[in-house]
Amino acid sequence: MPSKHIVSSYDEDLTRLNDMIVRMGGLAESQIAQAIEALVKRDSDLAKQVIAGDNRVDNLEREVDELTVRLFALRQPMAGDLRNIVAALKISSDLERIADYATNMAKRSIALNQNPPVKPLHTIPRMGSMVQGMIRDVLDAYVERDHEKAIDVWHRDEEVDEMYISLFRELLTYMMEDPRVITPCTHLLFVAKNIERIGDHATNISETIHFLIYGTVLADERPKPDRESYAFMHPEEDK
Amino acid sequence: MVALSESPVSPGVKMLTRGVDVFYDDKQALDGINLDIEEQRVTALIGPSGCGKSTFLRCLNRMNDVIENCRVEGIVTLDGANIYDRDVDVVELRARVGMVFQKPNPFPKSIYDNVAYGPRIHGMVTGRADLDEIVMTSLDKAGLLKEVQDRLQEPGTGLSGGQQQRLCIARAIAVNPEIILMDEPCSALDPIATARIEELIDELRENFTIVIVTHNMQQAARVSQTTAFFHLGELVEVGATEDIFTNPTDERTQGYITGRFG
Repeated sequence: MPSKHIVSSYDEDLTRLNDMIVRMGGLAESQIAQAIEALVKRDSDLAKQVIAGDNRVDNLEREVDELTVRLFALRQPMAGDLRNIVAALKISSDLERIADYATNMAKRSIALNQNPPVKPLHTIPRMGSMVQGMIRDVLDAYVERDHEKAIDVWHRDEEVDEMYISLFRELLTYMMEDPRVITPCTHLLFVAKNIERIGDHATNISETIHFLIYGTVLADERPKPDRESYAFMHPEEDK
Repeated sequence: MVALSESPVSPGVKMLTRGVDVFYDDKQALDGINLDIEEQRVTALIGPSGCGKSTFLRCLNRMNDVIENCRVEGIVTLDGANIYDRDVDVVELRARVGMVFQKPNPFPKSIYDNVAYGPRIHGMVTGRADLDEIVMTSLDKAGLLKEVQDRLQEPGTGLSGGQQQRLCIARAIAVNPEIILMDEPCSALDPIATARIEELIDELRENFTIVIVTHNMQQAARVSQTTAFFHLGELVEVGATEDIFTNPTDERTQGYITGRFG
């Protein structure tokens, strides 16, 4: 934004909205990190902390909702301000979903701890740190209104998708070899799916940042992994 | 002077201006305005006070002619003919390009005579029945008939502000204009009366081309299809209303509509 509003309380509201998104993003990012850590270290206490922490993100989302509705009603935002407020509303709902996925991973890690470990987990923490990096960078892109950085995150999701597919195959092989691991492997598969969905939400945020900066919808289709590479079946594509 | 041949008129363009400069004595109020006004659309002119939007509006039916120290240069066409040509009959022009002002200004006459005035002086009617017909249709089109049909002989000045403004609109459309210019038509009205006028503007668009000057940006957003932003005598940006209010290209437009300078 080039300069300040004539009505300074408008600027204060917009700054507050911005800060709330950044705070939500920070919380969501640390929820992911802790959920992955709980999973890898088989730490049920940490997992419980993650589950308990979700309501902080939910509360922030509610605050963002309230503030945006108030801004629409009282300020009738236009142009850049309008896009700013719409973007905050959309990003906050993406972040809320991301935190939900982290919570779900934490719940599954508690369930996993009831069973002996399947195999050393490599792919999941790698996927986890990858989406964590995406969230961090996309939030930086939001704060700095940095289009290039947002688009970079958008492209990185492809790699997450590919890792998800290869993990999917790997887990299927384990389950075929030994039906006793079906329960833990199914949990792990859902964990991986959760991480993959977090990546999708990060790309949503990239797209919102594009709209925020240019006022247009990001037109390109992101390359999707080849459907045929699902060797065993065609799981529902929900993106 | 801009040659008209250089700017071919695209279909659907009712009025067109090219290189319009306006001076009040030595002071330049408008600088090289090029704007196409499309048929059966509402074009909103917005901008801070003193930006020249009302001056521009008055160029479109030569209302500036009556201001002594005012000089207009450039081309303004209506259906392809320059309205500033020497042989143009200004009275006839203003019948084709009607105007509604900021403050409702009914004549100190009856409601009926307010509307009948134009058709009478332009000799548009042959008998009483004809005139009745025009007065009734005009009042109906202006959305006022139901409220006033039982008191047509009462003075127009006795109506409420919103009714008076609709009476002025009825008076403007009684002479069957092609274009209606509106200079801040709602600024003296309450929100309900404003909503009625806005609804009316939308209906009038079917038969007329409308150009409206407004300080109320929400109003421009609500009623117009095209928005033109003026600043310091310059036409900064013109485009689809939707684009101007979500994604303006010029920093000055952005600054103005988001309330960052005045």
